[in-house]
Amino acid sequence: MTVAVVILLDGVLYAAVLFLVAAGLTLVYGVMRILNIAHGSLYALGAYAGTSLVLVYLKTGGPAPLMYLALLAGAVVAGAIAGPLVERLLLRPIYGREEVVQLLVTYSLFLILEDVMKLLWGVDPYYVAKPYAFLGTVTIAGVRYAWYQLLLIAVALATGVLVSLAIRGTRLGRMIVAVTADREISATLGINVGRVYTLAFTAGAILAGLGGALVAPLISVAPGISVEAIVLAFAVVVIGGLGSLEGAALGALIVGITRAAAVQLFPEIELATVYLIMVAVLLFRPRGLFGEWETRRI
Amino acid sequence: MRGGKALPLVAAAVFGAAPLVLPGWVTFLLTLAVAKSVMVLAIALLLRGGLVSFGHGMFFAAGAYTVGMAMKWGGMREAVVLTFLGVLAAAAAAALLGLLIARYRGIFFAMLNMAISMVVYAVLLKLYWVTGGTDGIGIRTPTILGVMPERESLRLVMYYFTLVMTLPAFYAVHRFWTSPLGFALRAVRDNEVRVEYMGTSVARVIYAAYVLSGALGGLAGILTGFSVGHIVPDLAYWTTSGEFVFVAVLGGPASIPGPLVGSIAFEFLKSYAYKYAAFTWQMTLGVTMLAIILFMPGGLWTIYEGLARQGRQWRLSWKRTG
Amino acid sequence: MQTASFRTSAKCLLALLALAGVVGGAMGLAGPPWAEAQAKPAELKIGIVSFLSGPATVFGVPSKNAAEWLIEKYNREGGIGGVKIRPVYADEAGGAEKQVAEFRRLVLDEKVDLVIGYISSADCLAVAPVAEELRKLTVLFDCGTNRIFEDSKYKYVFRTKAHQVLDSVAAAKYVLSVKPNVKTIAGINQDYAWGRDSWESFRRAMLKLKPDVQVVAELWPKLLAGEYSAEISRLLVAKPDVIHSSFWNGDIIGLVKQGAPRGLFSQSLVVLTAGEHMLQDVGKDMPEGVVIGARGDHWFLHNANDPLHKEFVDGYRARYGRYPIYPSYHMYQAVAGVKAAYEKAMKAAGGAWPSLDQAIKAFEGIEYRVPPGRTMTIRGDHNGIEPAIMGLTKHDPKYPFAILDRMMVFPAAEVNPPLGVKSNDWIDSWKK
Repeated sequence: MTVAVVILLDGVLYAAVLFLVAAGLTLVYGVMRILNIAHGSLYALGAYAGTSLVLVYLKTGGPAPLMYLALLAGAVVAGAIAGPLVERLLLRPIYGREEVVQLLVTYSLFLILEDVMKLLWGVDPYYVAKPYAFLGTVTIAGVRYAWYQLLLIAVALATGVLVSLAIRGTRLGRMIVAVTADREISATLGINVGRVYTLAFTAGAILAGLGGALVAPLISVAPGISVEAIVLAFAVVVIGGLGSLEGAALGALIVGITRAAAVQLFPEIELATVYLIMVAVLLFRPRGLFGEWETRRI
Repeated sequence: MRGGKALPLVAAAVFGAAPLVLPGWVTFLLTLAVAKSVMVLAIALLLRGGLVSFGHGMFFAAGAYTVGMAMKWGGMREAVVLTFLGVLAAAAAAALLGLLIARYRGIFFAMLNMAISMVVYAVLLKLYWVTGGTDGIGIRTPTILGVMPERESLRLVMYYFTLVMTLPAFYAVHRFWTSPLGFALRAVRDNEVRVEYMGTSVARVIYAAYVLSGALGGLAGILTGFSVGHIVPDLAYWTTSGEFVFVAVLGGPASIPGPLVGSIAFEFLKSYAYKYAAFTWQMTLGVTMLAIILFMPGGLWTIYEGLARQGRQWRLSWKRTG
Repeated sequence: MQTASFRTSAKCLLALLALAGVVGGAMGLAGPPWAEAQAKPAELKIGIVSFLSGPATVFGVPSKNAAEWLIEKYNREGGIGGVKIRPVYADEAGGAEKQVAEFRRLVLDEKVDLVIGYISSADCLAVAPVAEELRKLTVLFDCGTNRIFEDSKYKYVFRTKAHQVLDSVAAAKYVLSVKPNVKTIAGINQDYAWGRDSWESFRRAMLKLKPDVQVVAELWPKLLAGEYSAEISRLLVAKPDVIHSSFWNGDIIGLVKQGAPRGLFSQSLVVLTAGEHMLQDVGKDMPEGVVIGARGDHWFLHNANDPLHKEFVDGYRARYGRYPIYPSYHMYQAVAGVKAAYEKAMKAAGGAWPSLDQAIKAFEGIEYRVPPGRTMTIRGDHNGIEPAIMGLTKHDPKYPFAILDRMMVFPAAEVNPPLGVKSNDWIDSWKK
């Protein structure tokens, strides 16, 4: 019984992390049909910016709870700067080009950002543990958990709900839906497609940054974290269906719970769980659990 | 037309003489570049059908690991036999996976390849008592047709071996490209449904291209394994596959020599980036790539084609005036 | 029209770049790479390879620092028999294939006299045969795999440190001395060769020394996973007496960060066999009473008054603002080993500069002094043996991070297999 509860809880905890990493990727694909390989770099950028800001803030000796604000602010600023810059300079010239070209442009961006971050932050790991330990712990089913982990579940939920509400309930959101459905007709209806793209990509970059900043207190922020993040995000999004936010949430839950079960019951296969689920889903539903089938154009 | 016929001969002369004048480490880079150009050729083949694979590293690994295992567990040393075995294994893997993958296009084709290659990567890591895990497998110097190369001439022999093994690959692609299947593949890229209306099975065309590309990928992995002397699971990691796509676009996928040119340019670009920008070599590669995509959509090979066109015009005008 | 001309010029530029690569290569034409130079050379050029990018930079940069510091010191003191050392640094990131190409470039293009390097075991295994092919003295300074000299024989390759078995065996012995009544053990190790080998040696040694010990969990997270919530829960549920981990880099920091608040380190005796390198990173967040290994006896407070050790620690700290960590010590052992071998060979040759074969002959079986003020021995199998230390973390107001308490030193003979015996056979041969 205890084991079942622990598996479920650990699974949801990990799913929250995965969802935060993947949400931005699926949003950008949904609107722009661009699979952003540099998404992991934006995630790392958020982790670095958030961690640095917390470290600076902790040095000033201000009230500790405000460090969470510093963490989030760092990520938002990083995303809000990098997002429009990348969209205007790199993506705009290639919207009409083939998929492979778009993939390669974001791949080049990934290579460039890896070194940009090295130049900005150096190679020593950035370490901040306080946001994780500060909130204390709670015992569930005889196992101690950090409140911060539970907070992550809440944040992931809130992010998911807010983003889908924003898309369904606001004017901008409806414009995004219109552009997603048909770019040319939206343009004739007077929607500024370019602006919608900039906004959507920036939103994706901010979400990626938030994911990085929120995971940063658990890990050591150092070169190499982007490569790991992008593979996980890809897997989750592919399982859920490219472009679907609900799909990303479901994909994250499936991967999270399966991995937690593997750790408890059969740790030998832990490393391969994500990939095995991905292949299994793709075999039966190649467009992912929530993916749409495109009509063939003649 | 004259340029078209002379080109392979000139290329053969240049590549045949290259190691006799180049210093040892450059010959090694050239060996690597020629070996990997076969993989780039495979990627380019698919690209011309409008398909991009972010997982062909798995065939690269399939070829290399077949050779590694046959050496480690089977005690085999003969390069020609090992190469044959490896290509066969990679082709078999592609034939099996192709049944599934050839049904997809666009981003799904790319992702499915990547997903499966990541599973291959995980398997190579996990079965570490068989594959050596991340430590990898050492590929010992093979015998070539029963002769063990001397240490002093080893690099030269490996270079020519690689070169000779590469020829049938380029020839096979050339033949495929000028066959009805090749024309159908080009048509698939433009409009798949029309191809079907003409009575050609698109699935069959893509399947054939996929199996050929898998076999070529395996060959590239084997040749790379022989020249490096050590293989690791990273061969199947998605960044390895990404690099091949990168090189295909760099060289220009629309021609047969493009992949070779791209592969050579890339190996040297990398080597000089390591040497002169040890701290920012990734950025150097990224910026080069962006420059090519934005300013030279046809890849490096278009430079030659542009020059050749100008040359022809110049010859024509010279003939007219003379 | 303007764009067209811009495109043409961009094309030309790129074409020139590509050509420059090939031509530049051709211009590096030179004579045979291995000419025997018996006359004293102007300088000894050493290629030094360690991670300057990627996750293993936490080892690469401290070892590069040590090389820099020590080479400058030697050069101030007159170099090796009057010959100054000139280092050429290279990045180890990029995988085995890149390292093989880079090794060739260092030897054939940069014309280094020898190479010191390699932290990753895969890189060591890949480069060693190339060193043989090119007949270039190569000193492996940090990689831990026992496969390299147990599975093959090399003439030109040495390793100036002990292999992985040392940490695992010392850890098992130390655990039994601080917690003799241990009943259950668990392991959490990265799922790749280093993690697998380390756990295998530790488990074997524990079961041999105390056969009634039970293994209750073996966890294999992915290298660089970073997030260990589920693993920590599993360990909290299993409640083993002892947890073994050979984690390193960001992963070990992640485990400490996530495990400490959840009580992992107070519930079980946790053994971190490579833990020494992160103590300064984690600072006061490090829990007390955790077993820390140092991949040898590399600890800045061990034998702190020895003049050789003190000079190193003080000099390193003054220059880089941190205390040296074990990769720094490993680099010291490599550079000092080269110097010792060349000097020994010169002595044997009556003061003349040694040939490569003479230097290699001198290297075999050499003994020389290294921090923390002890003798380093390179045995006939080209592999070094070292003593090991283990200790428990404890906070001391004098340092902003945890230091080692109840430290035990295990002499080299106790934690290294005898010459010619494979590691696992050696452990299996122990008498109860």
